[in-house]
Amino acid sequence: MQRIGVFICWCGSNIAATVDVKKVAEAALNEPGVVFSADYQYMCSQSGQQLMKDAIKEKGLTGIVVCSCSPRMHETTFRKAAESCGINPYMVEIANIREHCSWIHKDIKEATEKAIILMRTAVAKVNLDNSLTAGTSDVVKRALVIGGGIAGIQSALDIAEAGYEVDIVEKAPTIGGKMAQLDKTFPTLDCAACILTPKMVEAASNEKIKIYSFSEVESVKGFVGNFTAKIKKKARFVDENLCTGCGLCTEKCPSRKTPNEFNRGMNTRSAVYIPFAQAVPKLAIIDPTACLHFKTGKCGLCERNCSAKAIKFDQQDEYIEQKYGAIVVATGFDTIKLDNFGEYGYNENPDVITSLELERLMNAAGPTGGVLLRPSDKQHPKKIVFVQCVGSRGLRPCDKPYCSKICCMYTAKHSMLIREKYPDTEVTVFYIDVRTPGKNFDEFYRRAVEQYGVNYIKGQVGKVVENDGKLTVYGSDLLMNEQVVIDADLVVLATAIEPDKTAKSVATMLTASIDTNNFFTEAHPKLRPVESPTAGVFLSGVCQGPKDIPETVAQASAAAVKVVGLLSKDKLTCNPCVAHSDEMLCNGCSSCEKVCPYGAITYINKEVNDHGKREVRRLASVNEAVCQGCGACTVACPSGAMDLKGFTNKQIMAEVDAICK
Amino acid sequence: MDYNTLSENIKYISDVNTKKCMRCGKCTATCPNFKEMDIHPHQFVYFIETGRLDRLLKSQSAYKCLTCFACVERCPRQVEPAKLIEAVRLTLVRKQGENYLKPDDVPCTLDEEMPQQAIVSAFRKYTK
Repeated sequence: MQRIGVFICWCGSNIAATVDVKKVAEAALNEPGVVFSADYQYMCSQSGQQLMKDAIKEKGLTGIVVCSCSPRMHETTFRKAAESCGINPYMVEIANIREHCSWIHKDIKEATEKAIILMRTAVAKVNLDNSLTAGTSDVVKRALVIGGGIAGIQSALDIAEAGYEVDIVEKAPTIGGKMAQLDKTFPTLDCAACILTPKMVEAASNEKIKIYSFSEVESVKGFVGNFTAKIKKKARFVDENLCTGCGLCTEKCPSRKTPNEFNRGMNTRSAVYIPFAQAVPKLAIIDPTACLHFKTGKCGLCERNCSAKAIKFDQQDEYIEQKYGAIVVATGFDTIKLDNFGEYGYNENPDVITSLELERLMNAAGPTGGVLLRPSDKQHPKKIVFVQCVGSRGLRPCDKPYCSKICCMYTAKHSMLIREKYPDTEVTVFYIDVRTPGKNFDEFYRRAVEQYGVNYIKGQVGKVVENDGKLTVYGSDLLMNEQVVIDADLVVLATAIEPDKTAKSVATMLTASIDTNNFFTEAHPKLRPVESPTAGVFLSGVCQGPKDIPETVAQASAAAVKVVGLLSKDKLTCNPCVAHSDEMLCNGCSSCEKVCPYGAITYINKEVNDHGKREVRRLASVNEAVCQGCGACTVACPSGAMDLKGFTNKQIMAEVDAICK
Repeated sequence: MDYNTLSENIKYISDVNTKKCMRCGKCTATCPNFKEMDIHPHQFVYFIETGRLDRLLKSQSAYKCLTCFACVERCPRQVEPAKLIEAVRLTLVRKQGENYLKPDDVPCTLDEEMPQQAIVSAFRKYTK
């Protein structure tokens, strides 16, 4: 029989204001095995832990129940305290009477009743607890970074700096991501390429970093410290080792009508192309959907003109399997589609553009060579209207409920740059709120207003109407209580950003969680912001939530530190709550093997002694170093042979019984 | 009825939650009949939210709303100002003798091209 001590925490008033802790302590003494109970203001404090330690020694306790906050907060604290007194840490159970009880209830009587039930359940479990010993597993000293934008590059550089191998997998033909498409960066107005390309080159030349461009992670198996990823290197129809990036093929290519992705479709590119001048790796790539050779079997001009003989029309997708200890998700973002925003006429009018398109229109490497010309007639726009919060902060199905965070600052930047370069241009910005929290951010925005004379109007734009090629913008000026009508030459929409479309499939592949907007969820929103709840998976950049470049770089480095901390360990302590098969009950049906997501179960032929009868049987065998204790096998097992240590079927039934008592 | 109760009543019959408004003014920006109104769609929302109805109830703006629902369609916060304005109209006409359109006035406003249905619906909208 266990000798159980029950400790009820007040958590200041967090618990004690809603739960009658004395009553819970009294009720505990009526439970089987309980020999001691106490309540205390802060069980997690030094003196609270001392109370527990003293009770363990004085009462000779063998099991502990702490009724307190979520086990995610202090389970480790109490397990360590118990361990220091010679109790196996897995003999400690937490009854969560804060998050699961006091915080969500108002009525003291009901909450107390529920707290008692939760306490009773934990006592029932401790009564059946066994001492468990955690094993260890090895750590593969290599990291995988999914996504090669500024977030992925920075994480990879920092991991490599610490001396570990790191692979970047980028789905596009070049690394650089969205930052490579930007013209200038706020609030210092330095050119994005000037600060990004050195990092791209550094990543390419670092011998610890391997870049898989035009590649995608197909599958990930395993667990923290020991992931196996299958990487698909998509065929680029150009031999990476032979191509010199001279660009002759791109000049000779006769198929030149494909929208240029790098310039957001604002000009066209050839079927064989190099994404941009500073692309890393600087290699040509053939787009088979546009290439005449693939479409008609003729042409082959590129092949004939390539002196390096790098064109390989028969190249196939290639698959690479690699082991990793940690994974960084840096899948980034894209601007939302504006198909359902008919009021702004984005799809109908070429002179209604997104801010990212404006970046390309102002960039020296862009479709207009950096001269601001409107798309329809290639004329200088004299009146430009910026619309903020397009698709952000809205509740309609086409909207995003969150603030995209970067738009206020880049709109101030755009309007400032335009006024600087073309002082005869009238620039109007429609805003709902100007949000500029950040170092030197508000000063930057004020400069746009005070120094550059940008006309900020408080109010949203209702519609953009086109008449004979002229755009009329209807907005409201809330301070004047007026409707403003502006004839504009160019309308720029500060379009909301959303996670990249691959975010959901990457999250599923990694069993990492995402929120309703497809942003990756942190392990803790404040205290573990760069870790995913899935061990060994870390978050970097906009995949976790909207952020600007400084924040992205900071988070990327933070994620890298977490990765380095993990990779620097030689062994990881395993979770001892793993599956175990009872040889006498197992019928060798393979149900468990099929549902195991970690490949932890194999089958062996083993001689067993069944009531004096010796025979060789096919039996399930669990690799405890691989098992993550998810429990899927225990549910799948038809004969009840599979059980999870620390969460045995018997314990769970006892808990249910305790609740229903 | 005091203004606070009246505001609550208007919110109740329109089923509009004025608290959802983020005060962007897109409703007013998009309103095709802006010029005819002295109180504009975003003000309807704000006046009712704050219970300040004196100006609102004296104004003819409620009747100037075309019920075109452009504001409802485009409001990013799904506040639905036109439904609120309709509720203001109903609140006004439900008071005896406050009819905006009287039968005697109909002949002189008649237009040959106006469909009969429009007259009937105008009656439904502007009278008790």
